[in-house]
Amino acid sequence: METKSGLLYSKDHEWVRVEGEKAYVGITDYAQHALGEIVYVELPAVGNELNAGDVFSVIESVKAASDSYLPVAGKVLEVNEALSDSPQLVNEDPYGSWIVVVEITDKAGLDELMNEQEYREFCDKEA
Amino acid sequence: MSEPKKTSLYDVHEKYGGRVIDFAGWALPVQYEGITAEHEAVRNCAGIFDVSHMGEVEVRGPQATDFVQNLVTNDVSVMNENQVIYAMMCYPNGGIVDDLLVYKHANDFYLLVINASNVDKDFQWMKDNIGNYDAELKNISEDVSEIALQGPKAEEVLQELTDTNLSEIAFFYFKTNVKIAGKNCLVSRTGYTGEDGFEIYMKHEDSEHVWDKILETGKDKGVKPAGLGCRDTLRFEANLPLYGNELSPDITPLEAGFGMFVKLGKPNFIGKEALVRQKVEGLKRKIVGFEMEGPGIPRHGYDVLSDGKVIGFVTTGYSSPTLKKNIGLAMVDIEYSELDTPIEIQIRKNAVKARVVDRRFYTKKYRK
Repeated sequence: METKSGLLYSKDHEWVRVEGEKAYVGITDYAQHALGEIVYVELPAVGNELNAGDVFSVIESVKAASDSYLPVAGKVLEVNEALSDSPQLVNEDPYGSWIVVVEITDKAGLDELMNEQEYREFCDKEA
Repeated sequence: MSEPKKTSLYDVHEKYGGRVIDFAGWALPVQYEGITAEHEAVRNCAGIFDVSHMGEVEVRGPQATDFVQNLVTNDVSVMNENQVIYAMMCYPNGGIVDDLLVYKHANDFYLLVINASNVDKDFQWMKDNIGNYDAELKNISEDVSEIALQGPKAEEVLQELTDTNLSEIAFFYFKTNVKIAGKNCLVSRTGYTGEDGFEIYMKHEDSEHVWDKILETGKDKGVKPAGLGCRDTLRFEANLPLYGNELSPDITPLEAGFGMFVKLGKPNFIGKEALVRQKVEGLKRKIVGFEMEGPGIPRHGYDVLSDGKVIGFVTTGYSSPTLKKNIGLAMVDIEYSELDTPIEIQIRKNAVKARVVDRRFYTKKYRK
């Protein structure tokens, strides 16, 4: 399982990269591996205002559809349109394939997230 | 839930990196390398499946034929020895107890192969309907291992492991006492993928040897271990039904579109009266194929709509690995069942456009 330093991680296996007021959000290597081959990524509408814990994307493998939860409250600024045509990018490069960029509206959610080391320990316990 | 049961091949799945899940009470691999890779291996070469979870019931006795003939929808009386037919067991109201394969050893000896999730229910149903038939039922599900080898190269690979001329086993026929890699097996030219291939029944203690030999022999040709994930995508593309999806106690074989396996001309069988009546009165709903025109993957259980009104439900849906399209099967009210009828699939918050298409998505490659 790969992780990346400098990112924050949720218990639902999303990663967050904070850049000023913006947060890039994707799913972790652990998550993409557990899902298997991803064949569809449902993206939210730009402009949507979401709370921490809201479903921001549905990621579908051959077998099933899985919800992804936004780890921090925010307004959707941008979605990764490349995933519409090439959802497998999430498998191939989970940390390079952000799904949404949000403008953080409440930083409180960030405190709940784990750093790389904590996340690795968390995954070890789950396995 | 109790611990899932392990098949005799459980250790093998671990060895080959299978991702084991609980399926119908059995610990079985949903995939090894990946569903798509395994799906393509079966379509283009061959895949090997552990299907030991399937149930088997033997029927023996002077009136075995009469009993099975009354139990199932298809016509057992015309079967040859060593022939297999596909059939369903129905309730008196025409709803489906289960679908099954009927193997005829002789007039007084049949083997019925049933779904893992239904073994207890089915066996009870058979006992409840044995009545005065002079026949005995034996549930041998726990004693049998089963391996399916499916794909265009199945025969070539299996032939290397046996002296039996496999080309002499015709489609939907079987042979007993076939030595596969030295082990005694029952081999039928049957399957659940839409490809040519075999289903191989053997004792538990022989299964690992047979499995390893098949993979050893087939590895260079591209044969792969295949999991339940691709078993479902393969059978779906080939329009083969799954109990719990296309078939259920609330669905009749006619509604499911499998009337060709229901011989209404037979003297009698359980459910006949209801099915004849349904045929005469005409179907009010049936299962159709559909193709998505908007984005999204249809899934089992999603609502089917027309102008915002619910007109049915999705029985199975996938992003088809072979066709690279988002397609599905759905039970819809009869007035929406014509080809090309526009329908909508409720995918989460969106009603997404779709169109009724021929449900034979993939042309079966059986060797008949």
